[in-house]
Amino acid sequence: MKDFLQQIIYGINAGSIYALIALGYTMVYGIVKLINFAHGDILMMGAYFGLLAITVLGLPFPLAIVIAMLVCAAFGMIINKVAYKPLRNAPRISALITALGISMFLENYFVVQFGLEVRKMPEIAWLKGEVFIGGLSIPKVTFLIVGLSIACMIALQFIVRKTKVGKAMRAVSEDMQAAKLMGINVDKTISITFALGSALGGLGGVLYSVAYYQVEPYMGILPGLKAFVAAVLGGIGIIPGAMFGGFVMGIIENLTKGFISSSWSNAILFGILILVLLFKPSGIFGKNTREKV
Amino acid sequence: MKKWQELLISLTGITILYILISMLLKFGVLNNYNRGIMVLIGINIIAAASLNFATGILGQLALGHAGFMAIGAYSAAIFSKAVGDAGMPDVVVLIIALCIAGTMAAIFGIAIGIPALRLRGDYLGIVTLGFGEIIRISIYNIKAIGGARPVLGIPNLIGFTEIFFLVVIVLMALFLMIRSRHGRAILSIRENEIAAEAVGIPTTFYKIFGFATSAFFAGIAGGALAFNQRMIDPRKFTFMFSVEIFIIVVLGGMGSLTGTVVAAVVLGILNEWLHFIDQYRLVIYALLLVVMMIVRPSGLFGTREFSLVGLIKKVIRFTKSNKNVE
Repeated sequence: MKDFLQQIIYGINAGSIYALIALGYTMVYGIVKLINFAHGDILMMGAYFGLLAITVLGLPFPLAIVIAMLVCAAFGMIINKVAYKPLRNAPRISALITALGISMFLENYFVVQFGLEVRKMPEIAWLKGEVFIGGLSIPKVTFLIVGLSIACMIALQFIVRKTKVGKAMRAVSEDMQAAKLMGINVDKTISITFALGSALGGLGGVLYSVAYYQVEPYMGILPGLKAFVAAVLGGIGIIPGAMFGGFVMGIIENLTKGFISSSWSNAILFGILILVLLFKPSGIFGKNTREKV
Repeated sequence: MKKWQELLISLTGITILYILISMLLKFGVLNNYNRGIMVLIGINIIAAASLNFATGILGQLALGHAGFMAIGAYSAAIFSKAVGDAGMPDVVVLIIALCIAGTMAAIFGIAIGIPALRLRGDYLGIVTLGFGEIIRISIYNIKAIGGARPVLGIPNLIGFTEIFFLVVIVLMALFLMIRSRHGRAILSIRENEIAAEAVGIPTTFYKIFGFATSAFFAGIAGGALAFNQRMIDPRKFTFMFSVEIFIIVVLGGMGSLTGTVVAAVVLGILNEWLHFIDQYRLVIYALLLVVMMIVRPSGLFGTREFSLVGLIKKVIRFTKSNKNVE
């Protein structure tokens, strides 16, 4: 039982990071119906910028997080402008291929710039060590990760539900043409969506590198795929679904690692993805849509 | 022109190409290093053509072809190592091994296709990606076939001649299939699945059939790769490998097998030219892909095919019309 709870705690730790990344996938998919394969690499960029801000600029950790988020948001907007916007009316497969291309570009560009070696995130003094509660050991980082993630999710919910920008985002994802006719600046709204999603991805990247101490150019691929699975699990395009899916993924992953087999855990995650897509492609929170001829 | 004349022209073209390259190899214009590159290009052609059959001809996005290639590679390797000392001639071993490689991959293709092909578009892409990764992770975990360690000691059975004729056979098989009654059914699914179903084409059957065919040839490509490299590294068959094959298909034009051949050759040569800036190679590929999608999303050839017969017909017509003018 203690082992079980311990694994759940690790699962929540990983899951909150997956949830942050999944939010980026789900927001972009909700609004432009594009699987943004480059989102995993935004995570990688966030980790690098966080690392550089700490080691090169010598900034304190909270400031590094803010910088990583801002830079990632900017890159998200640039990628949208350069690569996805010209293809908005193209077939969806073209946009998907472009996303793959951007992902490849970012990975290999970072390989060229920073090399393949795995860099270590410096340990942050006040995050070292663990807290023991009822015999369970909880790393201090977990508190930060879970706390920050949940704070960001609440902030995001607030933006989407209560502000004008959020209203515009919901309108565009409902019906882009109609939103345009109602005088909503669709391009700007999409741009903001990319910025928000990428900022969360950047935050996820910094937190991921703090939790697992490593930064390398290909680090975004696996968490990116897992977060995507999380987004699909919760129902892609649905924000609470992505959060739920993220936590579920993290917990399932750590339970399989702890009790079944660590080398099979990724296969099991993909198996879940396939089962979800086969039996309820719209996800747990999703509504079924009828296909029109 | 009659059918047999057209066939004759195509066969002559292929033979001339073969003799030309063999001569270049023989007189040392192309060295052994070039030969190795040509074999790799040949393998890429087979892999990309098989993917193009699923994605360009059948119209179903598949992102897990590396998985089928892995199955083919392992099947071929296990078979050839098992019969290694039985004294069979190399060509026979090669043919049987490739048939086994293709069949095993096709069986997996059917098993994966039946559930996966209920989805379409990017969801199908993701599911095939997932299956590809599951295949790779499973290979890592099966100790009996080597687990995460590379498989060594595979005989080298593929040279330039073998791969050349293998490519010709595979492309001819694919072309014949596309031009057949079944091929037209498959094409109609790409154009409009609902309309195809409405005119009575069993779309589910043809989707699975097309997917299995694609997996079959991907398995053959994997087997050829194993014989060429003489070893299999399970770490090769990742998602990125699938994407590399996919890039060939996209650049050549989804739906054009000759486009795939041209793209595979161009990228293969480009690879060598870009060797001096090796680290930038993949960056350039990625940019190429993005620019291509924005500027010319249909690829080099679109869905058109290059045909020697068609070219000759055009030339004849052109000279005739010139004569009329005189």
